[in-house]
Amino acid sequence: MSKATVDLPPKGGFSFDLCRRNGMLSKKGVHPPSYRKTGTTIVGIIFQDGVILGADTRATEGPIVCDKNCEKIHYMAPNIYCCGAGTAADTEAVTDMVSSQLQLHRYHSGRESRVVTALTLLKRHLFNYQGHVQAALVLGGVDVTGPHLHTIYPHGSTDTLPFATMGSGSLAAMSVFESKYREGITKDEGINLVSEAICAGIFNDLGSGSNVDICVITKGHKEYLRNHLLPNSDVYALKREYTFPKKTEVLLTKITPLREKVEITEGGDAMEE
Amino acid sequence: MSLSKMPLVDANHAPDASSCTLDSQRTLYPYVTGTSVVAFKYKDGILMAADMGGSYGSTLRYKTVERVKPIGKHSLLGASGEISDFQEILRYLDELILYDNMWDDGNSLGPKEVHNYLTRVMYNRRNKFNPLWNSLVLGGVKNGQKYLGMVSMIGVNFEDNHVATGFGNHLARPILRDEWNENMSFEDGVKLLEKCMRVLLYRDRSAVNKLQIAKITEEGATIYPPYSLKTFWGLEAYKNPTAGAEGSW
Repeated sequence: MSKATVDLPPKGGFSFDLCRRNGMLSKKGVHPPSYRKTGTTIVGIIFQDGVILGADTRATEGPIVCDKNCEKIHYMAPNIYCCGAGTAADTEAVTDMVSSQLQLHRYHSGRESRVVTALTLLKRHLFNYQGHVQAALVLGGVDVTGPHLHTIYPHGSTDTLPFATMGSGSLAAMSVFESKYREGITKDEGINLVSEAICAGIFNDLGSGSNVDICVITKGHKEYLRNHLLPNSDVYALKREYTFPKKTEVLLTKITPLREKVEITEGGDAMEE
Repeated sequence: MSLSKMPLVDANHAPDASSCTLDSQRTLYPYVTGTSVVAFKYKDGILMAADMGGSYGSTLRYKTVERVKPIGKHSLLGASGEISDFQEILRYLDELILYDNMWDDGNSLGPKEVHNYLTRVMYNRRNKFNPLWNSLVLGGVKNGQKYLGMVSMIGVNFEDNHVATGFGNHLARPILRDEWNENMSFEDGVKLLEKCMRVLLYRDRSAVNKLQIAKITEEGATIYPPYSLKTFWGLEAYKNPTAGAEGSW
């Protein structure tokens, strides 16, 4: 006997089954957990020979720091890196996806990836989702046409800039850039400027903190300086000259042997096998 | 209709809604606003700067608004926020200083006292849900003691070596935290102020390129005539920026 109705497999797409229950819970005061964001300071500059990207390392879940040393500079191609601010899942997923698309494109074309390719792939994806994919990115790299630096906003608009900042600490970092940036600076000056901008974000913005990550990209070469600066380590460690012993101290040793009491039965029955 | 709900209008005129007339008796939104004020202590006293813009929503309506004023012999007051409320505060302070002068006892109100008075005024107005929509910066020197404080529209007050209101908090304070020091000369101080105001000019949409610097020392207050800052737009990267990436800007 066949069933009157057949359970069809789900066709895909978003299932709205739980929306009513979520709405009811919200009304009763039970709110969903907030997204893990990278309330962040990310920056990029173009210097003499290429691009320097910088980022802090704090990831927040509402008011709590959920990861105090996360990586915000994502790999896109050997010559292109991307910093991400906004919802952590979105920045990770979007950069991973475009990174693999670029790899396939490299296999197909046999050429080094260009920054505009990554730019176009990212902005098309983000515009398609009308801002719901909350990823704000700073994309930088060096290709055959030269060094490039772009910012990409969650709704899909892009800017081509000589220096850029994004994230909650962007104003603090931008104030450093606007007062100190010059064109054609050297690599060491550039690293110092980027570190200063990220530190301004770390110390003046609550959503950014911990350490400074830097990535220097030049023609044919890249340097990923993970935790280049640790301005927040060990600040409040107590410095004292005495130390306490690690184990419990032994004050007295006294051994009292107990009297042995053993019963010996002679000629008992042998053990049964 | 109970007596408590009776609107405060003439009995001949029919009120449309009692809450509507009551709401017009208190400040709900600011209309003509001034943007940031930046101030810090230097060797001889206090340096304060504010631009001269008064915005009406998103139009730059007034371009010659003096937002820094001397108060008595010992203080300078800078304000951002609603300009009409700032003018009201100036009237209150005028009265205060007048009464103080009438005592004619050789003592005059110093910056600490004026700051305390302003805090009380702002907090009391906030408690009545009718705030004076301003962020005030009060700086002064009396008997060699430098004083710099800030009062917000809800009555939050504090004292510090360098303060800024509005956007200045995000753009100018990081620079001040890094580069301010106790013994700056007047020239160094003006250079640092100009650095902060230039960043604000680039990145604050309601900023105007016409600023006034004021200083107060033991000798008295000086408000310098307004002038503009030089801006630099000649970066190579700004000429034809989308050469490599068509479709972006």
